[in-house]
Amino acid sequence: MSMELDVFVGNTTVLDQDVYQLWLDGHTVSDAVRIRMEAGALQECEANAEVLHSDTTDQFRTFQMCERLLQSPSKVANQLLFQIPPHRQTMLIERYYEFDSVFAREVLGKKLSKGTKKDLDDISSKTGIALKSCRRQFDNFKRVFKVVEELKGPLVENIQRHFLLSDVLARDYAAIVFFANSRFEAGKRKLQYLSFQDFAFCAGQLISYWTVGAVDNMMEDLDVDLEKDFLHDLKDLKVLVNDKDMLDQHKSLVCAQLRGKIKVFSEMEANFKNLSRALVNIASKLTHTKDFRDLFIDLVEKLIEPCRSDKWTIGDLRLFLKHYSSSVHMLEAFRHQVIWDRYMSVIKSCILKMYHD
Amino acid sequence: MPGKLKAKIVAGRHLPVMDRASDLTDAFVEVKFGNTTFKTDVYPKSLNPQWNSEWFKFEVDDEDLQDEPLQITVLDHDTYSANDAIGKVYIDIDPLLCSEAATVISGWLPIYDTIHGIRGEINVLVKVDLFNDLNRFRQSSCGVKFFCTTSIPRCYRAVMVHGFVEELVVNEDPEYQWIDRIRTPRASNEARQRLIFLMSGELQRKIGLKVLEMGGNAVVGYLQCFDLEGESGLVVRAIGTACTLEKISTFPATATHPNNSSPSKDMKDSPQAAPSTLGCRSTHSSPVHSASSRLSQGFSVSVPTLLFAGMKPRHRSSEVPRARQCRQVPHDPHDLVTTLPRTCHPVLHWQTAMTSPAPLPFSCQSNLVYSLKMPLTNQPGFGEEAPGVPLSSGPPTPLRAQTFSSFSPSKSYSRQSSSSDTELSLTPKTGMGSGGSAGKEAGPLKALLRQQTQSALEQREYPFFTLTAFPPGFLLHVGGVVSARSVKLLDRIHNPDEPETRDAWWEEIRQEIKSHAKALGCHAVVGYSESTSICEEVCILSASGTAAVLSSRFMQDGPLDTEHRFEEVVSPGCGFCHIPYDELNIPFPAQLTYCYCCRRYKVPDVLFTTIDLPTEANVTGKGCLIQARLCRTKKKAQGEGNATAISSLLPFLEYELHTQLMNKLKLRGMNALFGLRIQISVGETMLLGLASATGVYLTALPSPGGIQIAGKTPSDITYEQHISTMQKKINDTIDKNKELYEINPPEVVEEIIGSPIPEPRQRSRLFRSHSESSDEVSELDLSHGKKDAFVLEIDDTDAVEDIHALLTDSPTPAGFYSCNTEIMPGIQNWTSAIQMFTSVRVFRLNANLTNQGLNKIFSDLCENLLKSLYFKLRSMVPCCLCHLNFTVAIPEDELIQVAVTAVAMSFDKEQPLENGKQSGEKTLIKAITENDEQLQFNLELNAETSSHNPLSSPKGLSEVGSHLSARDRCSSWIEQLKLKAHTIRRGSVKTTSSLEKASPLPEGRSRSLRSNRSYSGSSVAVVKMTPLSFIPGAKIIKYLGIINMFFIRETSSLREEGGVSGFLHTFIAEVFAMVRAHVAALGGNAVVSYSMKECVFMENPNKNQAQCLINVSGDAVIFVRESELESTSVQTQSATTHTSNGGEGT
Repeated sequence: MSMELDVFVGNTTVLDQDVYQLWLDGHTVSDAVRIRMEAGALQECEANAEVLHSDTTDQFRTFQMCERLLQSPSKVANQLLFQIPPHRQTMLIERYYEFDSVFAREVLGKKLSKGTKKDLDDISSKTGIALKSCRRQFDNFKRVFKVVEELKGPLVENIQRHFLLSDVLARDYAAIVFFANSRFEAGKRKLQYLSFQDFAFCAGQLISYWTVGAVDNMMEDLDVDLEKDFLHDLKDLKVLVNDKDMLDQHKSLVCAQLRGKIKVFSEMEANFKNLSRALVNIASKLTHTKDFRDLFIDLVEKLIEPCRSDKWTIGDLRLFLKHYSSSVHMLEAFRHQVIWDRYMSVIKSCILKMYHD
Repeated sequence: MPGKLKAKIVAGRHLPVMDRASDLTDAFVEVKFGNTTFKTDVYPKSLNPQWNSEWFKFEVDDEDLQDEPLQITVLDHDTYSANDAIGKVYIDIDPLLCSEAATVISGWLPIYDTIHGIRGEINVLVKVDLFNDLNRFRQSSCGVKFFCTTSIPRCYRAVMVHGFVEELVVNEDPEYQWIDRIRTPRASNEARQRLIFLMSGELQRKIGLKVLEMGGNAVVGYLQCFDLEGESGLVVRAIGTACTLEKISTFPATATHPNNSSPSKDMKDSPQAAPSTLGCRSTHSSPVHSASSRLSQGFSVSVPTLLFAGMKPRHRSSEVPRARQCRQVPHDPHDLVTTLPRTCHPVLHWQTAMTSPAPLPFSCQSNLVYSLKMPLTNQPGFGEEAPGVPLSSGPPTPLRAQTFSSFSPSKSYSRQSSSSDTELSLTPKTGMGSGGSAGKEAGPLKALLRQQTQSALEQREYPFFTLTAFPPGFLLHVGGVVSARSVKLLDRIHNPDEPETRDAWWEEIRQEIKSHAKALGCHAVVGYSESTSICEEVCILSASGTAAVLSSRFMQDGPLDTEHRFEEVVSPGCGFCHIPYDELNIPFPAQLTYCYCCRRYKVPDVLFTTIDLPTEANVTGKGCLIQARLCRTKKKAQGEGNATAISSLLPFLEYELHTQLMNKLKLRGMNALFGLRIQISVGETMLLGLASATGVYLTALPSPGGIQIAGKTPSDITYEQHISTMQKKINDTIDKNKELYEINPPEVVEEIIGSPIPEPRQRSRLFRSHSESSDEVSELDLSHGKKDAFVLEIDDTDAVEDIHALLTDSPTPAGFYSCNTEIMPGIQNWTSAIQMFTSVRVFRLNANLTNQGLNKIFSDLCENLLKSLYFKLRSMVPCCLCHLNFTVAIPEDELIQVAVTAVAMSFDKEQPLENGKQSGEKTLIKAITENDEQLQFNLELNAETSSHNPLSSPKGLSEVGSHLSARDRCSSWIEQLKLKAHTIRRGSVKTTSSLEKASPLPEGRSRSLRSNRSYSGSSVAVVKMTPLSFIPGAKIIKYLGIINMFFIRETSSLREEGGVSGFLHTFIAEVFAMVRAHVAALGGNAVVSYSMKECVFMENPNKNQAQCLINVSGDAVIFVRESELESTSVQTQSATTHTSNGGEGT
């Protein structure tokens, strides 16, 4: 004695947002029923467990049927199978592409290949996110990456146009695509303290100021790639540390500005040359793929860690970086102001974002 | 060569990948009509091909245009091997053949494959150029409009209602042809789909011809069904009501009374027809009751009431004596059963009519027709075991016996002596029209009229109407439910061109129905429908309807109109339930009371009907869905034996269903059932019965008594305690239900108003108390002392089960209402939120279940399904599930399938203004009219008429009708809009919002097309679907034609498609999608009167296979939101319209 078949089809597709979330989170039907019961679903409409089970199964099946469409969201609007009001369509798509930042943090910088998919098991057990959900999120990353990889024009807009996502979510995806494309090292132990949002911010900065698209919107290539000329030009900044006079002059300018303004002045004065060397070296080595990938680890090791051990506050660091970058303008011998500003503005905001425990 | 069909293939999208290597498709299209085929070029390597073909032109007979669908096949070109089919689109071009329907089919239609489902979409354009055909002997019937809607479509006016049309077409089922063994499932499915398309086209054409012959121009309430008879063939049959409809189109037309066929004539012929309030009354009133109508009423009571009277003996009699009595049946001299003793009928009161054995050895072997007609009077075992049962008070009279037999000679009956079948004495007067008593009662003129009406109907072969709602004034009186069933053995249809056997079967049943209606004193049957249930070679044919007396107004032209003036005395709110018995000849004292509305005519205490609740009916509180469910096991048998077994089970089944219905009705404190639909489904080892109806409390009818439980032999105390707790439970439930459904019958009113004719009422009271007079009962009777109590006796487990079943029906959750009719009394302020849905469940049973076990399972299945629906739709609260249509089937031995299609409509919680006003007004009236009843009448009539006739309504009362007159006004706005639309079309486009607003008019299509193309975003137009004939808050402005689609879906990878549920879920969603797409292509934005006629699901999980057939139908329409109408009309209002506002006070 059993229910062999049980379906409910509405002319307007019936979608329960809470159940959708349970489905997205990768719960099984029985899990979902239990969760709904705990949430008090039985109080509604004099339902019983059987009703709830039937409803959940049915909703899960509906979502499963919709899933194929959600994978190419532009089809959702002009498909005929499900009649879904536009605002519901938006909700479905947005939620489907939403991801756990914990998960995204794990995947960040990894190659979105099949090999990595095997690691999903590990990620799932590490983060506590159901494997099914991990798989969906990973596949979303991969899908977005594949689509925009071959497209010209601004990354965020491309994502928005093809996946009909909100601006915020599209930016997050842009960061993921950017990381996957540039293969930044983000998994090192020392970088573990950084959240996905930290990286996403940095990626946003890099995309906005250092990539091809940043200069020219109509470039032919994917604007995820950094502008080669710019990276090459960064080598010219070496003069700042290689030229002894210039380094001294720079140091005195910065010290003059900061005296009495930061608590860690003496530490700063003692460390200035190291810090400056670190920053310039990072810049000059960005043409090498290996060093480029290590951008974040370098920033942490060479800059953030020393400052942290000297107990710099974030305010101290902000002031220092501000004056450190602006004083260069007073160095008459230095002729790469534009490159310098383009470099420093991004590095400054990245460092500040990354400077926390 | 009277027609040129033109088709253009524009583009495709979302095509499947057919070439694995390139992940692309080289698609081209074949367009086929009849034997002509055209092809487009191959559009290489694309999933979104742009063919943009030339116009393919087919020059064809209009006969073919009606029969054939346009068949579009999308294929993948393959250089080396055969081209692969991607899928097909069948386009029914019938809507294009009618000038008033659609003019072009244009849009994205899903490409459908019976194995893979929907595979992309194709954009096509189809047009038809029709030449006038003046050939009198033509075989086509182009231009006849078809409507599934079972009422006069909203933007039409009925000029004439011609009556019943039916047709039937048979063919061999391709699935069972020898060739099916060698062809692919796809080919076989497609052959079947195509054949059914052809057959339904042919059927529609033939029905159209009949309509033209009758002088009509439309078929309303068109009901088409398929009988998949397996080996023996495929039957497509249809019934409908032929009408002459007139579009309410010109502006003045709205001002004239929409229901009056010949307004001008009215003016001329009758002085009273002047636009006074009195004149307007004509449309709502019914003639003074002449004898026959009264008699019909008498029977209407009898069906349900006798049922309940029969309840008592049922439990007294044990199975044994019942069986013994069965054997007595054949001895009845009137019974033809003797000719075929094997099919003898156990229940005496069921009318059995045996046809003589057919010449063919296996057809019509066992053929049993019975009906619910007057039946339930004679209970088996009644007389013997409880001869003095107080409920039956009528002493036996010889007259009765005579009339009975004289009336229906084939009827078997056993003992009038003990039963309360006094009403039977009336039969002779009824059947033959106005009898002698008619002359005494009513004026001779009226009698004449009655005869005329009757003769008008008698001219027709079958005075049947598939309508369930009527123009005001058409339905005069309602008798009871009439139904007939017949068990047949199927045999191969030898000659498809002569479907005589099937025709004969139906004819038999219709005759039966006709004679039942006659016996009920009614000359017509309304709310008529037919259905079948097939299992192997046994087929149950069923027909049912409501016996009724109709006004001749819509059936004959002119002359009678004058005479009608004499009859306009009856209030529309209660007229249809009146039973005006002769005071001296009250046949059924227990059952009659004066109408609680008008206090003038008598009414039954319970009324069962298959029609919708008349809009003008006075109802107290709200209604609710009432279901009786029953399962009966049956021995496995073959052929004739099987048929015999089934026919002997059927009457019990039907009887018990009625008992259940009656119990549940009482339990809810209601007194009438509408939309009654009893479905009996046959399987190999069981029979399934499901009766659904909407219970309401008709204000005109007396308040129902409670339910009393009585033990047969109250021997020990625990037993009595048990009984009293149960009694308490029942009483509590009744009270709770009354509260839930807001049934507060104005008992006080009796005192306030006083009875205008006090003495007869007193008398009837007396009779009633007599009838219930058992001492035992009155002692037990605690809370419902004054009224008749319905006594349920528990003497066996059976009865205990019954009571449990009664009490286990859980009430609808807060905020929900449910009904299976079009409208829910007491709810008017619908919002525009509607959700149509279909839910299907299949339950697997264990073997060896007892009847009770089965019953419980089946009942739980239905209850749980309802609960699930409520839960699913909880976001729409407060809401009402309307038109809840349950269909049961036994697809396999141990499977029960229940399918439900309904619409959930939410409404505003606050009571509608009109309601408040109305009730306020009513109390006012009650206060005023303590002694002046006539006044109350007038006022109510005024209120009613004002709502229908904006021209003539007096200002003082106009608010009452504002709800309805708003509708009328809207129809006038449509004219405004049309005018506007015209100017727009001519080029003087004013870039105001009015363009947008006006667009859902015929121009709407062009807009939707435009948006389709220009804007890829949310381009899919929303198409609403509803099983109702209307869309709340909107006005239907155009009917685009009938949608009648048949799909087969098969899979051999069931598990991969998500199991049976996944498979069926997808399929139903696909069917919806295809319906929506075709409606949108016709330029519509909604389907009304949608129904899923057939959902045949078969599975074979072991082979990983499943197959499903679905047949859906409905009317494609264009609607406009009333708010939109009003906002547009604001601009035009001042310019043109003064007249239509006449009815509006506020």
